[in-house]
Amino acid sequence: MIPQSFEYSVPNTLQEALQLLAGGNAKVLAGGMSLVPLMKLRLAAPEHLVDLRRITGLKTLSESSGEIRIGAMATHHDLDSSPLLRQRCPLLAEAAKHIGDVQVRNLGTIGGSLSHADPAADYPASLLALGAKVKLVRAGAERTLNLEDFLVDTFTTAAEPGELLTEIIVPVEEPKTGVSYQKMVQPASGFAIVGVAARVRKSNGQISLARLGLTGVAPSPFRAAAAEARLQGSAGSAEDIRQAAALVSSNIEANADIHASASYRKQMAQVYAARALHAALAEAS
Amino acid sequence: MATILTPQATGKLVGKRVRRREDPRLITGTATYVDDIQKPGMHHACIVRSPYAAARIKGINAQAALALPGVAAVFTGKDVAALGPVPCGASLPGLRVPHHHILAQDRVYFTGHPVAVVVATDRYIARDAADLVEVDYEELPAVAAPEKALAPGAPAVHPEWPDNTAFTYHQEGGDVNKAFAEAEVIVKQRIISQRLIPTAMETRGVVAEWQPGDKALTVYSSSQIPHLLRSLLAGMLGLPENRLRVVVPEVGGGFGSKLNVYAEEALMGFVAMKIGKPVKWIESRRENFLCTIHGRGHVDYYEIAAKKDGTILGLKLKLIQDLGAYHQLLTPAIPTLSVLMMPGLYRFKNILADIVGVFTNCVPTDAYRGAGRPEATHGIERMVDMLAAELKMDPAEIRLKNFPQPDEFPFATATGLSYDSGDYEAPLRRALELVDYPRLRQEQAEARQQGRLMGIGLSTYGEVSAFGPSPATPAGGWESATVKIDPAGKVTVLTGASPHGQGEETTFAQIAADELGVDLEDVIVLHGDTAVVQYGIGTFGSRATAVGGPAVYYAIQKLKEKIQKFGALLLESAEVTFTNGNCVCNRNGKSVTLAQVAAASYRAMKLPPGEEPGLQVTYFWEPPNFTFPFGAHIAVTEVDRETGRVSILRYVAVDDCGNIINPLLVDGQVHGGVAQGMGQALYEQAVYDNNGQLLSGELTDYAIPKAGMMPWLETGHTITPSPVNPLGVKGVGEAGTIGASPALVNSVVDALSPLGVRHIDMPMLPEKIWQLLQQGGQA
Repeated sequence: MIPQSFEYSVPNTLQEALQLLAGGNAKVLAGGMSLVPLMKLRLAAPEHLVDLRRITGLKTLSESSGEIRIGAMATHHDLDSSPLLRQRCPLLAEAAKHIGDVQVRNLGTIGGSLSHADPAADYPASLLALGAKVKLVRAGAERTLNLEDFLVDTFTTAAEPGELLTEIIVPVEEPKTGVSYQKMVQPASGFAIVGVAARVRKSNGQISLARLGLTGVAPSPFRAAAAEARLQGSAGSAEDIRQAAALVSSNIEANADIHASASYRKQMAQVYAARALHAALAEAS
Repeated sequence: MATILTPQATGKLVGKRVRRREDPRLITGTATYVDDIQKPGMHHACIVRSPYAAARIKGINAQAALALPGVAAVFTGKDVAALGPVPCGASLPGLRVPHHHILAQDRVYFTGHPVAVVVATDRYIARDAADLVEVDYEELPAVAAPEKALAPGAPAVHPEWPDNTAFTYHQEGGDVNKAFAEAEVIVKQRIISQRLIPTAMETRGVVAEWQPGDKALTVYSSSQIPHLLRSLLAGMLGLPENRLRVVVPEVGGGFGSKLNVYAEEALMGFVAMKIGKPVKWIESRRENFLCTIHGRGHVDYYEIAAKKDGTILGLKLKLIQDLGAYHQLLTPAIPTLSVLMMPGLYRFKNILADIVGVFTNCVPTDAYRGAGRPEATHGIERMVDMLAAELKMDPAEIRLKNFPQPDEFPFATATGLSYDSGDYEAPLRRALELVDYPRLRQEQAEARQQGRLMGIGLSTYGEVSAFGPSPATPAGGWESATVKIDPAGKVTVLTGASPHGQGEETTFAQIAADELGVDLEDVIVLHGDTAVVQYGIGTFGSRATAVGGPAVYYAIQKLKEKIQKFGALLLESAEVTFTNGNCVCNRNGKSVTLAQVAAASYRAMKLPPGEEPGLQVTYFWEPPNFTFPFGAHIAVTEVDRETGRVSILRYVAVDDCGNIINPLLVDGQVHGGVAQGMGQALYEQAVYDNNGQLLSGELTDYAIPKAGMMPWLETGHTITPSPVNPLGVKGVGEAGTIGASPALVNSVVDALSPLGVRHIDMPMLPEKIWQLLQQGGQA
């Protein structure tokens, strides 16, 4: 439980952080809820850690022009307890509540979680259902990516060496959107065996928006496009939900471990998708 | 000894919910654990461990490690070949005992096997240097499951014993063949009690310090048995025992895993003597999972024979025990405890048991909370439920039919035990009352009508506790106490039953304060330091209160005689009574306080005839028998049809641990015990792959229940005092764990019984249940 030695920097500004990261050898410490345990087990051995905790500008949550911008260093507790999110983007606040335990929620950050890209992390299900974008910054340049494009594979993101995830951007939820996050918890780690986030809206008795994000099931979190398409324009009946849920994991190469086999994960993805859809639709109507 | 249905306090302090005096230091972080100990010049050790479950060591090169600045030494197997071995304290006829070196010699036998130790000026350097020790392994085939190890052609864990069999053990009672011949119904089932990882909050740790001038070694260790550790370590290290001091500071739990003597304890003693500096080793959680003993590890084949009216006639058991690669202190003895308890609380007198102790390339199994009794209770309680299902009898009814009655005690069992006292109906009837059983069955019928899978599970458990009479235990089975009253009249109790979280500083002070008629604050309880405390045995097997408590009681009785004699001297009266902390003259009512008596006893101006000065008594109490706590647990569960997930709707535990010293602490023991039984039933399993790699190697993959996963526990007690000891206590440390797993499994099997499910092995993971649901129960 003793890490290898490493250099440790705590910059005060984003500019300083970007300079430290520019060399490409440094790894960002953004809460450390996953990185530090990996270092203690010597499964990760970064030479240099750049701790972002003093950069106050990275912790803010704000709304402008129909979007909510969340600083990468906002903790899960910040999200869970944010009146702005609770009112304007409740799905994300709900997802934050499901993460880990009190200690983890007080220290872990949304940017740290997304950058770690654990395939069973809670946020991506909701963020994919929300169509979230992420802002990546490097010295002298920045770009914005859709979350799908950021999450490349298990523990792999599109961030390049020297590039820092600074912001997560989600749309303000439109009125009468029903949302739900349903999770089967892996009892040892608290991560998701399966996590499904649903967003639905209805107009004139028909589903006008259906979004489903899944985590824990596959090497990367994903949006269930076929299921969404099945729901679009439907009445959202129990049979519509059943048929849509059956599509969420049909073409997926599922994860398997000592907690759940691939086939069980695929089945549970359907069960939890149906539950999330039922709960979201109950809110939407 | 009539059973009391409504417990009440019996003393001023005994029987009261006195808060633990240990808690302030624990809660404020001011307790001293092994890792808090700092010594001038202290070095740190890191152990190089085998990444393979079976391999030949072709060479070790420590050059690079030794070259790292700050590294003081690297020791390997050849340096310690003459020390040890790690002791096995259990003896069975024909037992094969592999020589358990404190560091591997030319071969490793399980993943995590210690191969070398690196010593450095700080723990970071030690850890870095451990990575630089090059060990050349030739990997060998491994076997990590006991039934696979018994199959023909399996890799031999120890090449000298190709059948992987460490021992076989046979026990019979009554006439089992006749019982089975006369049976009207026979039910058979294979039942698994999976390997568990004890997971004490504090991992193990050792600090060793050598005083060359005195040729004396002090070993600080997180242990349940300071004195036994001292005796055994002295032998391992070749030191005279009086030059070895073992200090057990605060211990953050053990659950049996620290009822042991480990290689690392001797190794640190060796290192300290070699380098002439104090050395510290703190086990990481990963090492704890890999290298501290595991528990359970049974594959059991049961057959139960009965008459059609539900009268049980006999029980057969073939028990396959996964021993791991070595015998730790009590490894081979643990399954024999299962055999002792296999009749459970029932009257039948015909049993047959065959144990096969099997070597595997895994860390050894040994005592884990309940140690053999949870496995036995799980077996008999499952078999009784299966029998009830077969006969279409109510599970409560079949149990009530087979209990011995209170007037049949002491009750001689088929396995040779003498159950001390019991009223087995009392806790069951109380538990049935608490859940309103007839109404609950009605609710269940309604739930089933609605398609819900609701289950009600009973277990009526018994255990053999308070280990125990010395002839029946591997070490002495007595316990010791010294009670001394200082010249100012304050009381110090030294107990040999060194606790590891049980709260004996509180309960033993309650006993002493009531017996001496002083305030709780006037009594302190010391333990754990062999230089301070007289020889003792330790805390395990629900024995501290039931064996260590009476030792305190008897020491005080002797002390009271002396107090009375000094009182008589001071009061110049032959008729003096010691009561409520004062010596009172029966004739004129004049009195002297305990402080006055104490001062006079040490000043010693005059002495009662034949008495020595001072007020101090040491008492070693040998118990005449074990005690046999019992109880009834009821779990109400519901299974989610879509996911297989089990929810606990209600959990009722009615325990009978005899008289209760402190109900608050008893509740705590029951809560913690139920949590661990629930862990086994629903979540926990040590998973090794076919190559002997531990897949559940971290707390992120080994699921102990957390507070938020616990149901509300409804506890109750009946009190059937034990006649074995003067306090009437039986012990409660393991009760919850023993009662919980069968109650939960019986409940879930009951929930799924409409689908034809007869048995489910633990842990009842959602996927396992979901599979049963998919197959319509026909698994």
